[in-house]
Parts: sequence; structure tokens; C-alpha cells
Amino acid sequence: MTHSIEIKELKLAFGAVTVLEDLNLQVGQGEFLVLLGSSGCGKSTLLNCIAGLLDITDGEIHIQGHNVTWEEPSKRGIGMVFQSYALYPQMTVEGNLAFGLKNARMPRPEIAKRIKRASEILQIEPLLKRKPAALSGGQRQRVAIGRALVRDVDVFLFDEPLSNLDAKLRADLRVEIKRLHQTLQNTMIYVTHDQVEAMTLADRIAIMKGGQIMQLAPPAEIYNRPVNKYVAGFIGSPAMNVMEGQLDAGNSEFASARGLSFTVKGYEFDGAPTSGPVWLGLRPEHVQSGKWAAGQPIQREALVDMVEPMGSDTQVWARVDGQEIRFRMDGQEKVDIGDRVPIGFDPARLSLFDKSTEIRL
Amino acid sequence: MTAAANLPGAVTPRGTKPKTVFAPRNIMLYGTLLIFSMYYLLPLYVMIVTSLKDMAEIRMGNVFSPPVEITFAPWVKAWAEACTGINCDGLSRGFWNSVRILIPSLIISVSIAALTGYVLACWRFKGSEIFFGILLLGAFIPYQVLLYPLVIILRELGLFGSLWGLVLVHTIFAMPINVLLFRNYFVALPEELFKAARVDGAGFWGIFFRIVIPMSLPIFVVSGIIQVTGIWNDFLFGVVYTRPENYPMTVQLNNIVNSVQGVQEYNVNMAATLLTGLVPLVVYFFSGRLFVRGIAAGAVKG
Ligand SMILES: Nc1ncnc2c1ncn2[C@@H]1O[C@H](COP(=O)(O)OP(=O)(O)OP(=O)(O)O)[C@@H](O)[C@H]1O
Ligand SMILES: [Mg+2]
Repeated sequence: MTHSIEIKELKLAFGAVTVLEDLNLQVGQGEFLVLLGSSGCGKSTLLNCIAGLLDITDGEIHIQGHNVTWEEPSKRGIGMVFQSYALYPQMTVEGNLAFGLKNARMPRPEIAKRIKRASEILQIEPLLKRKPAALSGGQRQRVAIGRALVRDVDVFLFDEPLSNLDAKLRADLRVEIKRLHQTLQNTMIYVTHDQVEAMTLADRIAIMKGGQIMQLAPPAEIYNRPVNKYVAGFIGSPAMNVMEGQLDAGNSEFASARGLSFTVKGYEFDGAPTSGPVWLGLRPEHVQSGKWAAGQPIQREALVDMVEPMGSDTQVWARVDGQEIRFRMDGQEKVDIGDRVPIGFDPARLSLFDKSTEIRL
Repeated sequence: MTAAANLPGAVTPRGTKPKTVFAPRNIMLYGTLLIFSMYYLLPLYVMIVTSLKDMAEIRMGNVFSPPVEITFAPWVKAWAEACTGINCDGLSRGFWNSVRILIPSLIISVSIAALTGYVLACWRFKGSEIFFGILLLGAFIPYQVLLYPLVIILRELGLFGSLWGLVLVHTIFAMPINVLLFRNYFVALPEELFKAARVDGAGFWGIFFRIVIPMSLPIFVVSGIIQVTGIWNDFLFGVVYTRPENYPMTVQLNNIVNSVQGVQEYNVNMAATLLTGLVPLVVYFFSGRLFVRGIAAGAVKG
């Protein structure tokens, strides 16, 4: 029983529409896995399959070593938290927390004990007698988490739990969820399309697109070594510069994009490099400018096209040897349209993708 | 004009516009309302005053004049003594028949409709949409087409002429509109609530009784009112599917009013009609607000 959740060859179709196909996924004990992807990519569908809320078309789902493919949701040892909170409006907070336990015919003292513990952890004790309508969004979501918590489950499933909250609350609750995970050490699967949530919470992130997992890796690896152009563009804000270019895999591995050309010495190729058309990916924050440009292996001069001051830093659109590049400068530094700014970057931090397959080289 | 008003120093009126009670708009509005309420209330008024007069006073001919001497005898007669051709125990027999028809019909039809709506909304099965479509089609079939086939069905079931046969008929005819009401209301309930309840271990009945019903009071009221008034006011099914000793109040009312022996006792007829209309009236009176809320809730949520 090494894996907490194991999904084998999962297929799910709504009639003629196949949403998930040949999906394999293993989640370790106590792991925090984030499913990240744009709207409609099948994140919620996958989560509902794991929860047993959808009957899958094909494949197998194991939770804590049990094959639960045809098990009822309540028998799978999972708790679920929804975007809309989904609290039962006619019951008090206490009633909401107790509902699942009563259905399981748990003795009253045990129910009371569990509600007490959960409400302490989530700091909702003063709210127990209220109805959900009398709670704020953040409080409602806490109660919803509590409903999963009291059931003492092995696996927590979250479907965009913070999307309905305002920015400040979202940040607060995000930290709370992280703390909760550290306290409980449960396996958690968390669906979001917010990359900040994904990067901050996840042990591993699964980037999904069109019902498939594009990349499953720790946040740092997703950020540094995206497996394809889609993942590269999806993660990072502002988005990575992706330039159309050419790779010359001669002795010094020379890359070029329009007028801009340089060696890619230090870049770790996945296989043996081959010459041909490529996509060159360069994150804006990996371009150094001004006096920090000096130490970088590749140095050029950029002609500033446009600036966007953001306070802490300034986003700059500039032309480097005819190639448009976006990068960030320190917000304290003065820069104007038409200025010439020295820039530099390290080719080791580039991402190169094959032009046609868009897979990392 | 507006340009002048915006000039500096120009005197512009401030505050809310003074209201004139006799503005043409108000005259139109309240005039129309008045005429329509008269139109509906006048017959009611005539009925009430007539029911409180004795026959001598009625024969004097002024239908609008209030009774000189108020008498409740016509009401007593309508309730307990009027003859319906066979019996002479007034409307009371019909009233109790109607109650005995109404209560089981109401409970059974609303329960089945709610349950069917719940299945169609929350537990879709293969072909559930087609089933719903066929059910709706039922709402468009004229009653007359079904009258005779139902007679045969009831005969075969051994229910023809009994109260339970009529209960069955009322239940069947209630289905299309009430299932539609319930289904549409339930469909609009948030889906994640059902998912949460399933994760919490509630099954088909658990979700129905503990989650859905407590959230659906308004639609139960709407359906209940539709059923109470519909069943109470029914005449056709009552005549066709029951025997005289089981006739509902409406049929007995007709028999009293249309009985040809002796003189027409207008005061008794009026009292009998008012008595018959009392039940729907009371229902509307006490649940009107909930009724509007239920209808509106259904409309907003689509
Ligand atoms: N009941 C259904 N019938 C048919 N297609 C469906 C059904 N539910 C979802 N889909 C389709 O499945 C795909 C995946 O939906 P899903 O809800 O999993 O997306 P998601 O990644 O959670 O998106 P979001 O971020 O918007 O929540 C979508 O294209 C959607 O249209
Ligand atoms: Mg979703």
C-alpha cells in the first residue's frame, strides 16, 4: 500500500463526448496534489470520478489499497469541499457537520467529540448554532472543510474551494489549508485554475489539458523544466517569452530567433540536440537588466518599446536585435520608451521546444 | 428647456416632484382597478345579500338592496336540508364526500408528483427525458378523450364508482403539471448540494427527505393549492366516476340548484354555492403569499 490513490487507465465519457481517456495517476500517502488547468479541461470531472460521483466508463480507481471503482462515495474514505460550499441551508453549522456522521450511525458522544475537535481546528466554535445563511463566505468554506474533517477521511478532495472568495480571504484561507495539511498529513487533491494556489500548496502539480495530464511534477520542476510549450505558457506570470527560432546543433549549439542569436551553452538537452526549427522560451524574470546584466553569459542591448510600472517592479517590452522580448526591471529604476538598456540572461534557464511537436528538447 | 435649467443662476426645482392625487395617470389606474374589482365583487355581493334574505323579500325583486331582515335559515337549509333528488340532507353529505376525496387525492398526487420530479431532476436514467416529454404531452390530451377508457380501466380494477377510483383519476390527471412544477424547482437546486450529500452518505431517500424537501416548501404549497382547488372544484370526474352516494360537493350543488320540484329557492341556492366555494377561498386566503413566492421562485430560477 504505497500509494494513497491509484488511477489506472481511467476513461470517462458523457455519451459520445469523451472527457478523460487513458488517464493514469498515482498519489502518494500524505501528498498534496494540485490539478491545474484551464476551464473545461476535465479537472472537476477527474475529481468527481475519484469521489465516485460519476460512474466511470472504463478503468480502475484504488484508494488506500482498496479497489473502489464501484464503491459509493461515502464508502471511499474521502471528504469533499466544493466551490459553492454546498452547505445544507436548512441545517445549522452543527447539523451540517453531523449529517455525514449521523448517516453513518455513529454514536452521539463520538459525533459531539469530532465536531468539537474539528471546530477547534477550524475556529468555528462560535458559529455552531448558526444557519449557513448567517455566515460569511470564508466562514462557510471553513464549515465545508469541517464537514470533511469530522468524517476522519484518508483523502480530502477540493474543487476550487477558494474561487468564490475575495482576494484577501483567499490568501488567508490558502495558508490555513496548507497548515491543515501539515497538521493532518492527509492526502489532498486540490483543483484550481489559480497558479499561485497551485505553486504555493502543491507537493506535485498535474497540469491538465483536454482531459490529459501534460506534466506531473513538483512546482519547481514545472516552473523550471516545463515539458512542452503549453505548460511553459500556462505557468508563470507574466507569461514566458516564446520566440520562433532555429537551433543549429553544431559543435557550439547555436540558437537564433530573428536577429537575435546566441549559443545555448549550459542548456540541458533532454536528448541529443538536433538542428531544426524550435520554440525558444525565456521567462521575463530570468532576463537581467542594467547593472545586473554584466555577469550573465549572454549580453545584449534592448531598445525599450513600452513600459508598465507596477510599483515593486516594471514590466518592459523591448526589442533585442529585432526580436521582441518582455522582461522585468526593478521598480526603482528609471526607464523610458526609446531608452537603450543592457540586458543579459543565462541560456541554462531557457526552455527549448521542438517546433512541430512542441515537446521540450 | 434643459439648457435653460442648467444655466447658472436659473431657478431649478429641487426635491421630489409634488404628487397630485388626481393626475390623469392615477385616475386611469385606480379607475380601471375599481371597475374590475366591481366586476368581480358585485356578483359576490349579490350572492351574499340574497343568501341572507327570505323568499318573500327576494320576490320583491331588488337584487342589490341589502336584506331588511337578516336570516340564516337559507344557509342552514343549504347545509342540512336541501333536497338533491334522492336525499334531503343538504350539502353536508357532499361536503364530507369532497373531503374524503380531497385528502387522499391531495396527499397521493402531491407525493407521487414530488417523487417523480425528484427522480427526473436528480437521478436521471436512460430515457428519463423521453419519459418527461411523454408526461408533458399528457397535459395536452383533452379530458374527453380519456373519459371512457378510464371508465373501462376503473371497471377492470374494480374501482369504478368508489371514492378510491376517483382518487386514482385525480392522481393521474395531476401528474403532468405537478411533475413539471417539481422537476423544474428541483433542477434549479444547486447540484453540488446533492454531491455533498452523497459524499456524506445520504442515499436516494435520505437526500429526498433531509435535503430536498426542507428546501422546497414553496413549491409544495403551490402544488398543494393547485391540487386542492382543482380537486374541490372538479365536477366532471365526480359525475362520471362515482355513484350518487359518493358525489362530491360540486355535483350535489348542481343537483340542489337544478332540482325542479317546487319553487326555486334562490337564497338557498346562493348559500349552497357560497358554501361550496368556501374551501378554495379559505385556502387562497391563508396561503396566497406563499403561493406567489413559490411561483416567483420557480420563475426566477427557470
Ligand atoms: N454532464 C456533462 N455532460 C456532457 N459534458 C460534460 C458534462 N459535464 C462536463 N462536461 C464536459 O466535460 C469537460 C470537462 O468538464 P469539467 O467540469 O471537468 O471541467 P473543469 O476542468 O472542472 O473546468 P472548470 O475550471 O471550468 O471547472 C467540459 O468540456 C464539459 O463541457
Ligand atoms: Mg470545475
